[in-house]
Amino acid sequence: MTEKEKKEMETTEKKAIERSGAESTREGVLYVPDVDIVETDEAITLWVDVPGARRDQVDIDINENVLTLTARVEPPAWERPLYREYDVGGFERRFTLGEKVDQEKISAKLEDGVMILTVPKAAPHEPRKIAIA
Amino acid sequence: MAVIRWLGNDDVFSRLDRMQRDMDRLATGMFPAFGSDLSGSPRVGLYPPLNIFDDSESFKVHAEVPGVKPSDIDISVTGNTLTIRGERTMPSVPEGASWHRRERQMGRFRRSLTLPEQIDASKVSARCENGVLEILLPRAESAKQRKIEIKV
Repeated sequence: MTEKEKKEMETTEKKAIERSGAESTREGVLYVPDVDIVETDEAITLWVDVPGARRDQVDIDINENVLTLTARVEPPAWERPLYREYDVGGFERRFTLGEKVDQEKISAKLEDGVMILTVPKAAPHEPRKIAIA
Repeated sequence: MAVIRWLGNDDVFSRLDRMQRDMDRLATGMFPAFGSDLSGSPRVGLYPPLNIFDDSESFKVHAEVPGVKPSDIDISVTGNTLTIRGERTMPSVPEGASWHRRERQMGRFRRSLTLPEQIDASKVSARCENGVLEILLPRAESAKQRKIEIKV
């Protein structure tokens, strides 16, 4: 790709999670993080943008094939805000895992504000030939 | 590239001016200002979005740049103008892989910002932690507030 063909980036406003239904008991706003999902023969990889979250502030929970990623982000306690284009808040998103994944082997790492989740696929069951005695 | 400029200080007129611009911004939807959009569709603006703070000694600029390596960010200061350039590159994906979701934007970005007061370019520092860029721009000595004693 040459310099000219490279896309200029744009900002899209963060999408806040609407708490219709149950009331949130936690304080602060939660946003829907942007995600890239790529599947190969061996695994499914997710890149989730969670800027501002430290490693100890990200939670990954799997319950009945649903993976929930929650990131808490503390807004900076600031002096005088002069100009503001974005709000700071946590992130939350749920993903349904297929049956063919190995939940035990899911790995996660945080890199420059991006949570990278690798979900390996379960080894296919080998067909077993049963000999008739 | 867009240049943001402030004229004047934190007096009542510049505050009114800022309010006016905030209203304009909400109306035109040029910047992702806080508050929700009536149409419900996300607004689009320049990347990266910036938050700017002032603690009388210095200005502090924050930007959320997840997935951008600190080595891919280029920050320069000319006079009172701060320029942030960089590029967010796609993660390497093995051949034959299929994409299910592609929401994260990739590409180059460049943004300039003119601060309302003189800054000391030699003392500007920056750090990038967990995808959040923080640039500290100390005011120049001449721009700092000074108390003048009245001689009797």
